[in-house]
Amino acid sequence: MQQTDSTRSGPLREEPALTLIHAAKTFGPVVALADGTIEILPGEIHALVGENGAGKSTLVKILAGLHRPDSGDFRVAGESVQFRSVGDSKEAKISVIYQEPTLFPDLSVAENIFIGRQPKGRFGLISRSAMVKEAARLFERLGVPIDPTRIAEGLSIADQQIIEIAKAISLDAKVLVMDEPTAALSGVEVDRLFAVARSLREKGTGILFISHRFEEVFELCDRITVMRDGRYIATHQTVDVTVEEIVKEMVGRDIGALFPKTEAEIGGVVLEVEQLSRAGVFKDISFQVRSGEIVALAGLVGAGRTEVARAVFGIDPYDAGAITFEGRRLKARDPQASITAGMGFVPEDRRKQGLVMELSVARNVTLTLRNKFTTAGLINGAAERRAAKHWSERLHVKTGSLEHPVSTLSGGNQQKVVLAKWLATEPRLLIIDEPTRGIDVGTKSEVHRLISELAGRGIAILMISSELPEVLGMADKVLVMREGQITAELNRADANPESIMHAATSTAGGTP
Amino acid sequence: MSETTTPTSNAPAPEAPLTRSPSTTPWRKTRTAKLLASRDAITIYALVAFLIYASISIPRFASPVTTGFLLLDVIPVLLIAMPMTLIIITGEIDLSVASIAGLTSATMGVLWAGGMNIWLVLAVSVLVGVACGMFNGFLIAVLGLPSLAVTIGTLALFRGLALVTIGDNAVANFPKPLTAFFTSKLGATGIPTVMIGVLVVIIAFGVLLHFTPFGRGLFGMGYSKEAAAFVGIKVARSKFWLYVASGAVSALAGIFWTLRYTSARSDNATGLELAVIAAVLLGGVSIFGGKGSILGVLAGVLLIGSLNYALRLGRVSDVVLITVTGLLLILSVVAPSIGSAIRGWRHTRRVRRSTEP
Repeated sequence: MQQTDSTRSGPLREEPALTLIHAAKTFGPVVALADGTIEILPGEIHALVGENGAGKSTLVKILAGLHRPDSGDFRVAGESVQFRSVGDSKEAKISVIYQEPTLFPDLSVAENIFIGRQPKGRFGLISRSAMVKEAARLFERLGVPIDPTRIAEGLSIADQQIIEIAKAISLDAKVLVMDEPTAALSGVEVDRLFAVARSLREKGTGILFISHRFEEVFELCDRITVMRDGRYIATHQTVDVTVEEIVKEMVGRDIGALFPKTEAEIGGVVLEVEQLSRAGVFKDISFQVRSGEIVALAGLVGAGRTEVARAVFGIDPYDAGAITFEGRRLKARDPQASITAGMGFVPEDRRKQGLVMELSVARNVTLTLRNKFTTAGLINGAAERRAAKHWSERLHVKTGSLEHPVSTLSGGNQQKVVLAKWLATEPRLLIIDEPTRGIDVGTKSEVHRLISELAGRGIAILMISSELPEVLGMADKVLVMREGQITAELNRADANPESIMHAATSTAGGTP
Repeated sequence: MSETTTPTSNAPAPEAPLTRSPSTTPWRKTRTAKLLASRDAITIYALVAFLIYASISIPRFASPVTTGFLLLDVIPVLLIAMPMTLIIITGEIDLSVASIAGLTSATMGVLWAGGMNIWLVLAVSVLVGVACGMFNGFLIAVLGLPSLAVTIGTLALFRGLALVTIGDNAVANFPKPLTAFFTSKLGATGIPTVMIGVLVVIIAFGVLLHFTPFGRGLFGMGYSKEAAAFVGIKVARSKFWLYVASGAVSALAGIFWTLRYTSARSDNATGLELAVIAAVLLGGVSIFGGKGSILGVLAGVLLIGSLNYALRLGRVSDVVLITVTGLLLILSVVAPSIGSAIRGWRHTRRVRRSTEP
């Protein structure tokens, strides 16, 4: 794949690889994008930041050819373009890499890269060897050791992204759009991705990088464009601005404390987990959560935190150990029993696990209450609707009607619906897995405030979080997991980024 | 529990500048409008329109005789459509229902011919249906196999067992009072007496689906099994019992079939699953799961039934009847997609117009 665009440079200023000016897109009464404006130069990494609902995804979809803008000026390498399909976008040398790549699991890595345009050999048949050789060359260029002949199934998300990038390079992409690529990556994987992005920048590719993580934006990007409420706000050279300034532009106001943890009175033990083990997943997990206490499970992605929580709640089985809830042994593998006992679970994947996306907001809120509003086994519809209304209003769920499918809400509002449906059960313990994943800054602090308030009312909270600031800001106690074991139990006073990261990565196992 | 959060406590709602929500629209207005334009309502309109049309234009249609025969004809479909509705709402299917009815019929014949007490025969026959349902349920819910493959298999298996049980024979000498009861009518209305029992089954399934926590769970499962598991819905267990119910009701349909025609044969009710599924889908149940209602299915069954009956009155051959059933089935699957495509198209057009300066 030859890379010849280093020759293309203007006398005064480089021709932008891509410009989109004043693009608008509406869906019915919803204005998804009022003013989408972005300029990507060749050889720069350009960050696009904004809260959820700021219009970033719509802008990306316009670049990808999935949406046609209602108005606005769209140019690629100076030429006005109008994309009718994803194919048009690819033709214009734009490649989009989504948060969770969609490879064909049963095909080999090389086949995935060349899907739809396999190199032909003799007799017009697909030449597997040419494909594998070419893929190997791409990986060598990217400096990542992935075997092109292995099948895609079982690859980590990080590796899948690299494959998507390899595909983009093989397509000779001039613009690479990465939509929250680091959301599911661990630290090492992020570093590798950044190295790849930098080497592409050197070769003249323009990269649009979308992220909620400011550290990454400031570390990697040359320029930052801020969007808010579907509008372009400003573009800055990264060196000229601070995180605070960017955040202020994103939310259009000062946000005080990001994590407004209020002190709560800590009471008796609500949940006690003793020597919980599941072969190959986690081992000897013991901890307690008291009423009013926020216990955080920290650690790297894949350390087994979610698996422990799922076993505690009864979604997954466990081999040994005991779970006691308010002094009573809890039945294994029975979520309904856990719910009846007074437990709630806000899962990490809102779309797949937290909500039934096609059902209405009201039905989702009351799905946990099926057994609560019944007289002689029959559901009392009126009481159910009252509860749905009460809890959605209480959490400020923004929706046109409670009858709208929950899929029409923004990510932050969806998360509020998940919280509402569990709060409606009036739990004594709430397990919250990644409470603010993919949620914008404004709603994030609202969710934090809410969690803090719940603890204040005596609800015990077990929170799983991969965001260190969140863990440090919210938790009374931090349990750090590494490879299926708890490697540290830190009090609020002892918890700091170093102590947590040390326990999450150190090789010395065992409980202290 | 109430000391933690009471619904009535004036929630110390944190002042959230970003999300003031003035917007929880009243329920009433939209609900009535929605109800009148719902998929069920459309099937009911179609049914009423057809009945009016048929009464006027087809001689002999509007009479107690018609009511009687029409209802007797649709009862097996009506019965089996009830559990089928619930199964399809969870996103599964049961193709073995007609074969279960056939196997039940064969069992009845053999046991009766063997001299067993008739009530015992009926009880054993229902148990045969339950056993068939448990077998389906075990493979689908416990082992997690796809229901389409499993029930195609059991469709053949149960029919085969029926043939093994009774062979090519037919048993016809069932007790007269019993067979007479199954064709008797409620006075001059023409409504078959057994409709009372059928009505009980319909109401039971209607209540189960629409007014119980179990039914609520089925809709959730139909859309997302994973999300359903997270709120404590017992996905596998629910499915298992649905297949058992399907087996039991199919057995009832088989008993009805045998006694109505006074004939226990291995090929009774062959192909009935097609009519049932067509009626259920016509009644607005989504083949993808998650959507549907008993009322709509009721209208769907009666619509197909009366259409068939009217065609038969017009001396249209059975071949045409099957063709009509097939067409209706395709229509009911295709129509919603066409509907939503049209809605989408009109929507974008309206938006285009409103955004133009």
